[in-house]
Amino acid sequence: MEAPIRAREALGFILFSLLFSICRSSSLNHLLISNAERRIDLSSHIVKVFLTLKVENAGSTPTSEVLLSFPPTQADHLATVEALVTKGKRKKTTLVHLDVKPTELPDAPNDAKYFTIYLANPLKSGESTTIEVLYLLTHSQEPFPAEIAQSESQLVYYRDSALILSPYHIKQQATFVKTPSTKVESFTRVEPSNRAGTEIKYGPYEDHPPYSFSPILIHFENNSPFAVVEELVREVEISHWGNLQVTEQYTLVHAGARHKGVFSRVDYQSRPTLNGASSLRYLLARLPPRVHSVYYRDEIGNISSSHLRTDSRKSELEIEPRYPLFGGWKATFVIGYGLPLQDFLFETSDDRRYLNFTFGCPLLETVVDKLTVKVVLPEGSKDPSAVVPFPVEQHLETKYSYLDVVGRTVVVMEKKNLVPAHNSHFQVYYTFKSIFMLAEPLMLASAFFLFFVACVAYLHIDLSIRK
Amino acid sequence: MATMPASASDLLKSFKLKTKQQELLIRVSILCLVYILAFITRLFSVLRYESMIHEFDPYFNYRTTLYLTENGFYDFWNWFDYESWYPLGRIVGGTLYPGLMVTAVLIYRILRFLRFAVHIREVCVLTAPFFASNTTLVAYFFGKEIWDSGAGLVAAILIAVCPGYISRSVAGSYDNEGVAIFALLFTFYVFVKAVNTGSLAWSLASAFGYFYMVSAWGGYVFIINLIPLYVLVLLITGRYSMRLYVAYNCMYILGMLLAMQIRFVGFQHVQSGEHMAAMGVFFLMQVFYFLDWVKHMLSDTKLFQAFLRITVTSAVAVGGIALGLGMVSGYISPWTGRFYSLLDPTYAKDHIPIIASVSEHQPTAWSSFMFDFHILLFLFPAGLYFCFKRLSDATIFIVMYGLTSMYFAGVMVRLILVATPAVCLISAIAVSTTVKNLTVLLRSKNKVVQTGSTKGSGGSKSSSKALLDQSQPFQKNGAIALLFGAFYLLSRYATHCTWVTSEAYSSPSIVLAARGAHGNRVIFDDYREAYFWLRQNTPQDAKVMSWWDYGYQITAMGNRTVIVDNNTWNNTHIATVGRAMSSYEDEAIEIIRSLDVDYVLVVFGGVTGYSSDDINKFLWMVRIGGGVFPVIKEPDYLVNGEYRVDKGAAPKMLNCLMYKLCYYRFGEMMTEYGKPPGYDRARGVEIGNKDVKLEHLEEAFTTSNWIVRIYRVKPPNNRW
Repeated sequence: MEAPIRAREALGFILFSLLFSICRSSSLNHLLISNAERRIDLSSHIVKVFLTLKVENAGSTPTSEVLLSFPPTQADHLATVEALVTKGKRKKTTLVHLDVKPTELPDAPNDAKYFTIYLANPLKSGESTTIEVLYLLTHSQEPFPAEIAQSESQLVYYRDSALILSPYHIKQQATFVKTPSTKVESFTRVEPSNRAGTEIKYGPYEDHPPYSFSPILIHFENNSPFAVVEELVREVEISHWGNLQVTEQYTLVHAGARHKGVFSRVDYQSRPTLNGASSLRYLLARLPPRVHSVYYRDEIGNISSSHLRTDSRKSELEIEPRYPLFGGWKATFVIGYGLPLQDFLFETSDDRRYLNFTFGCPLLETVVDKLTVKVVLPEGSKDPSAVVPFPVEQHLETKYSYLDVVGRTVVVMEKKNLVPAHNSHFQVYYTFKSIFMLAEPLMLASAFFLFFVACVAYLHIDLSIRK
Repeated sequence: MATMPASASDLLKSFKLKTKQQELLIRVSILCLVYILAFITRLFSVLRYESMIHEFDPYFNYRTTLYLTENGFYDFWNWFDYESWYPLGRIVGGTLYPGLMVTAVLIYRILRFLRFAVHIREVCVLTAPFFASNTTLVAYFFGKEIWDSGAGLVAAILIAVCPGYISRSVAGSYDNEGVAIFALLFTFYVFVKAVNTGSLAWSLASAFGYFYMVSAWGGYVFIINLIPLYVLVLLITGRYSMRLYVAYNCMYILGMLLAMQIRFVGFQHVQSGEHMAAMGVFFLMQVFYFLDWVKHMLSDTKLFQAFLRITVTSAVAVGGIALGLGMVSGYISPWTGRFYSLLDPTYAKDHIPIIASVSEHQPTAWSSFMFDFHILLFLFPAGLYFCFKRLSDATIFIVMYGLTSMYFAGVMVRLILVATPAVCLISAIAVSTTVKNLTVLLRSKNKVVQTGSTKGSGGSKSSSKALLDQSQPFQKNGAIALLFGAFYLLSRYATHCTWVTSEAYSSPSIVLAARGAHGNRVIFDDYREAYFWLRQNTPQDAKVMSWWDYGYQITAMGNRTVIVDNNTWNNTHIATVGRAMSSYEDEAIEIIRSLDVDYVLVVFGGVTGYSSDDINKFLWMVRIGGGVFPVIKEPDYLVNGEYRVDKGAAPKMLNCLMYKLCYYRFGEMMTEYGKPPGYDRARGVEIGNKDVKLEHLEEAFTTSNWIVRIYRVKPPNNRW
């Protein structure tokens, strides 16, 4: 372990010297971080990082922008970044969300990626503020060994830096890493660092210049199932007759260490804790309250192993795949349910309607690699527009359902790399005249009417050639 | 309140219909109700389980239908399937009856065109009930044609709920028979109509009906033999007429030409022994026509007799020589084994174990006749009596249809299906005539007193005349009692049919249901669990070896290549699999490697007590394997002629591949309280070999109730 750490130190030094010149020219470096604390939670396969930064304006001009930087490998796996600031005096504190936007800097060292936090009030010279940052990383725990047998437990690598990567000078910092169990195979030591129970502490480190980096590698046991939905297509179909039909198509995979060799049902049934500890046995989906006609099926039919618990505030659907998922095993399935329309569809003051629905995946503790949300508007609706709290790709489609003539407008939204934190609401606005609701019943009625008229006509008209 | 009835009666008066219109209204509404009834009585399985395809063969049909919807007709027609019969493959387009798939896709396209967003699976599931409903309509018209509209109505009702037909046409039973019975009855009806009218249009329709039947089911051979037989009987009984000549010739020639368009049938109509009877009768018709013409030309009877003798002998001789030459030269193929096994029930048992191994090819037990026909079983002879009393071309047909199909139903369980329409029609004649006679008896008695003459129509005349002659005191009461008796029987029939449908014929067999300890329903969904596992977690090109029963399901649900499947066209290939299953592991691995197999799948019921598993089918594997490879000998697996799996089992049995795969690590398993570990619940014994070691295979997956077990073939060891 010694040699790589030396190399990394050298790298850090090079980085540092390289950046020194850049930082000089940058207009941002009159900020400095007087105290930083980072808590990395590795207990599930989604890595949660809480960062507390005490930012101080050492320059002369007030500024309202604070930069966060991430190494490019982490930036690819970054699902969400949130920044909060506490407001108010003791006991009556409230948390206020701050805007966070990805930013491109022209001369970023080693392709570091940046996010800018916009403070509500500009930070005056000499003032300081405390910012809480929460960011989630997906696919950041690499199983090692990459293949395990049924009775083995799952070990993973987590890579990060002992020092917080920041474009600012950090006076004092510490990092706490929480592992899911006390079973830690190894971790990189960057003195002072020590381990107690499920926590590894790095720091405190004093006075590190901008872009300091000291790679660490933690090898530990993580038996939580790595439930990853490779692709999820959610279709929300609005019927103005009072129903909202949701259909969700999942491609689920266990992204942990691949299963190798035998799957023995005897062992799996008789010693469930020792055997297949990391296997995915069931999933929990949190659905809206008053859900009805729930189904759970796949290409070859209904899957009977699911339970629905409902109460007035929420509904929970516990689903078991047809077979327990071991590492690398896949399952595809469909969940569908109906919801009362009045809970989700509202009217604006200017006579438009809007759907207010959750965006993300209802399964708990899952990562969604690619999510497509399709909102099927009723036939005859116009001017659709979607409002989503985060950037998504959007386009329109047309779908033909029962008795459609011109087809229904479908608003399609696509987003990659989602975590449960994305389960916020989005809105789709459109205009729709209620008279269109009658089109389909009238069509049916007239078809039957014509049929009976034809029958009557046939009975009364003599078509024979011979008289 | 008081005014209401008056106004209502006024309304009724203004709507007052003539008797004929009333009758039409009642008839149409009864038919509509029967049509709906026939459909909904077949939906038990959908309500109880789900909208899914049942059994084994329907999965193949479903898979081909999917292929047809996705790739279009030409690709379907030229489809070479690499996923079955590895490494041989199967020319699907040339080895199936496409009628069913084309029908389903047509319905699907129409619904899609009308913007009904249905899935093809739903169409497939409901095809059989839909055609069953159509069959009731055909039964009505057929009954009307051979007897009267009353008999037609009764026939429609009887066939709508008859278990013999329901068994093959419940929702989800997406098999050829579902549409074929409709096609069969339709062809017969239209042919009888053509014979009755002598109309070219009807006989053309029967040719098309026959074409549809040929495209849908191999059972068309029954039509192409029954109709010539019927014509022959008419010729012999002196009922030859121009109507018959037109009907048969048009139907035969056009039907034959149309049937040749089906690739699977091809030139069999002129080349196979099974179709020669129709051709012979066709030529005989021409001889008859010719003789008729000669008779017409010649006024001298003596001369005609001589001419007749010469013509008949020479015609027979020419026919015989042609047939003999065809047989010898191999142009006309001899009868197939399946055909033989129909004529001689013991044939299959001795010569073709693969046919005998299928449970639905067994000779029928009396109980299953009773189960499937109930009261129709004794109404059938009564109906035959009525038919014989009123012989006509049409009743002769139905009598012949009834008698021949009853014989075939006795030979094979599955052919009860073919007999069902005939039995229903003939029984309907019995019911209708009896009830009609009884009601006429009841109604005419009052009239007799007043008017002295009867106005009853049709068949009621004789009975009312009899009434005039003899005035027995309790006749009316007797008639009422008999009527009640008839209604009681019919209602018993309806109850029985519903019960049978719900209890026996509505389980999909792919999902097993049982009662739990607390009376709750427990579902064993192990088949789909295993197939879906195969589909998701094995390489796309993995080859799966299993007994042929599961071939169609593995390809349809698991989407993986199989070695053998339910299309048992290559006996040797199946025997190879049978041989692998019944050999020792190190011998079997040679066969498995030579077949390039990656996974071996077995079905095992020892944990759940599911009795139709591979251990219980194993003797058939031995027999079929031994039929081709004499290395496998059935006595090696038996102890004193007894088949057992416990300690007293034959050593070869305890160590053959099938035994090992089924019971691998089963010895550690506690299946039932108070029983030793390794207690096989399906056979009720403790297994004989608990220490099963596998050398070349490893357990890849076992379902939660152990019903399906899948083993992976290990790659050969490295040689050093």
